[in-house]
Amino acid sequence: MTTHQDPATALPAADPGEIEHAATGRTGAGPWHLAARRLRRNRVALPFGALFLLLVAIALLAPAFGESVAKTGPNTNHLSDTITVRGQERNVVELDGVPIGPQYLAAKGRYMLGADGNGRDVMVRLLYGARNSLFIGLTASLITTVLAVTVGLLAGYYRGPVDAVISRTLDSLWAFPPVLIGVALGVSLALGGLDLGLFQVRGNSLWIPTLIIGVVSVVYLARPIRGQVLSLREKEFVEAARAHGASDLQIMTRELLPNLVSTVLTFLPVLVANAILLEAALSFLGAGVQPPDPSWGTMLANGVNLLITSPHLTIAPGAMLVLTVLSLNVFGDGVRDALDPRSRVKIGT
Amino acid sequence: MAAFVIRRLLGMVLVLFAVSVLVFLIFTVIPNGDPAYRMAGKNVTPQVVEQIRKEWGFDQNLFVQYTTTMKKLFSGNLISYENRVNVVEEIIRGLPRTFALAIGAALIWFVVGVAVGLFTAVRAGRWPDRVVTVIALVGISMPVFWLGALASYYLGYKANIFPNGGYAEIADEGFLSWLHHLLLPWLVLATLFIGVYSRVVRSSMLDTINEDYVRTARAKGLSERRVLIRHVLRNSLIPVVTLWGLDFGAILGGGAILTETVFDLQGIGQYFAESIKRLDVPPVMAVTMFGAFFIVAFNTFVDIVYALLDPRIRLE
Repeated sequence: MTTHQDPATALPAADPGEIEHAATGRTGAGPWHLAARRLRRNRVALPFGALFLLLVAIALLAPAFGESVAKTGPNTNHLSDTITVRGQERNVVELDGVPIGPQYLAAKGRYMLGADGNGRDVMVRLLYGARNSLFIGLTASLITTVLAVTVGLLAGYYRGPVDAVISRTLDSLWAFPPVLIGVALGVSLALGGLDLGLFQVRGNSLWIPTLIIGVVSVVYLARPIRGQVLSLREKEFVEAARAHGASDLQIMTRELLPNLVSTVLTFLPVLVANAILLEAALSFLGAGVQPPDPSWGTMLANGVNLLITSPHLTIAPGAMLVLTVLSLNVFGDGVRDALDPRSRVKIGT
Repeated sequence: MAAFVIRRLLGMVLVLFAVSVLVFLIFTVIPNGDPAYRMAGKNVTPQVVEQIRKEWGFDQNLFVQYTTTMKKLFSGNLISYENRVNVVEEIIRGLPRTFALAIGAALIWFVVGVAVGLFTAVRAGRWPDRVVTVIALVGISMPVFWLGALASYYLGYKANIFPNGGYAEIADEGFLSWLHHLLLPWLVLATLFIGVYSRVVRSSMLDTINEDYVRTARAKGLSERRVLIRHVLRNSLIPVVTLWGLDFGAILGGGAILTETVFDLQGIGQYFAESIKRLDVPPVMAVTMFGAFFIVAFNTFVDIVYALLDPRIRLE
């Protein structure tokens, strides 16, 4: 059985230039091809997409940086250590508890962004924190996507009681501010961990904030998916598949699912951006990543308490966070414009 | 119309019921330690724990525990586990602070968001549009507590223009001091939403600008300004007003938990944040219920207003 792309919902009409190309005989440019070309031409979105990849690469290099340049780990305390800055001996943490500020290159790569209250190297923690924050953002968004597509397909395809149950559940979830429910779940799970039968999750595991964020964000994607499925199921190609004797499952996976890909791709960068922001908010309130593990949110929570003596502890992780989220948002804008210049993406805050 | 309103109100009650059950279950079924142990303090004897358990009804089944909690909540007698204060009174104390924050910020972000959206929509595709659009994205991409912390550090602590957090009661310290304490939280909270709203207004206006009635208005010889304000902007505001109602409801219901915490405003969001750290179930339940009530209520209200504004929407 072949898969049908519904031209009305899958991808938009080309702009005049592209139609001209088609008229002059350049053939074979499918809708995905056109979208990719539109994205490649976007001189704002591409650099920001590259910036995001660069941030991911930097995060992957964290252990290498820690071992060979900063010569410390993310959770190693250096409360009573000293370092040599331009030939002078200096305490990492002064006797009054104030940590050393950013040294940039003066201390041979150590404490480039200063130390925190425990004498830990902020640069090293920032990079390891990037790993945790990006892991949570990306994994949570994957969880959201799988759940939202499943739920949206079922509700939109079966309608009736299935839809009623799913939609009312989504309505109830919608009634919580995501931060409130996330914090409530986060604190309660961090204490006792999570027992999923097959595998147990410890209370300080990264999987707890990941699962929470993944589930809490389902509403944002499930609603548009359901709406799209509701209209897709009435199309002729679905009827044709049914006439061929396709089962419900076959129709959902082979006919409807491919037509949802562009919607998912449109939402994905914004989902990741919001997941990263939500991780920061939860960790800031003590309901996300648990200390001593670094994440941008825990570093911010730690930094805000020492804001007056050591503002670098707040500025550095926040700047990384803004850079990451901004690159995803700008790139996401480009993806959306490329896939469907007329659509709008709205994700709550 | 009446049937529609009644149906929506019934649906609202159902959702609130579901929310209350969900919150109750999160804190009782998920293993997080027996509240009786936490309340008993450090040197516990089994007798003390047993006594607390009896006294607070933790020995009863879930259904009974749920109904007594809800009964206490609605009669205003819900007592917190940890510091044993009346939860409803605490919420009422925090309410004016949260309302002051929400109303001020919502007005700022609505007015500025619409103005910026109008500005960019009119210049769509040209460089002022691009620059402002990227600035709006920066606003969306900032964690509100980070911006708040930096603003209160640089503008409050260093430059000494604003007070360093806290809330001033009008009755005690006068209107000007009240305003002075709230100005920075308003601006910080609004920044995020201005980014969102200007983008929504912009794209909504760009959708409307190609409508037939806009062409008709131009053909009638109306000035461009009149066409933009009376025909384009007015019709593009419908989705924006909807969004505004929902966001405003969320902020009233404790959604500004981070802004309140960073500026130490002691509203209901901060009350929630402090209670959750102590795993104090009654205030968490009460604030969540309260928040859900505002969100659902504004949702319903927006649906009704929407139906009134746009007769094409069928009330089904």
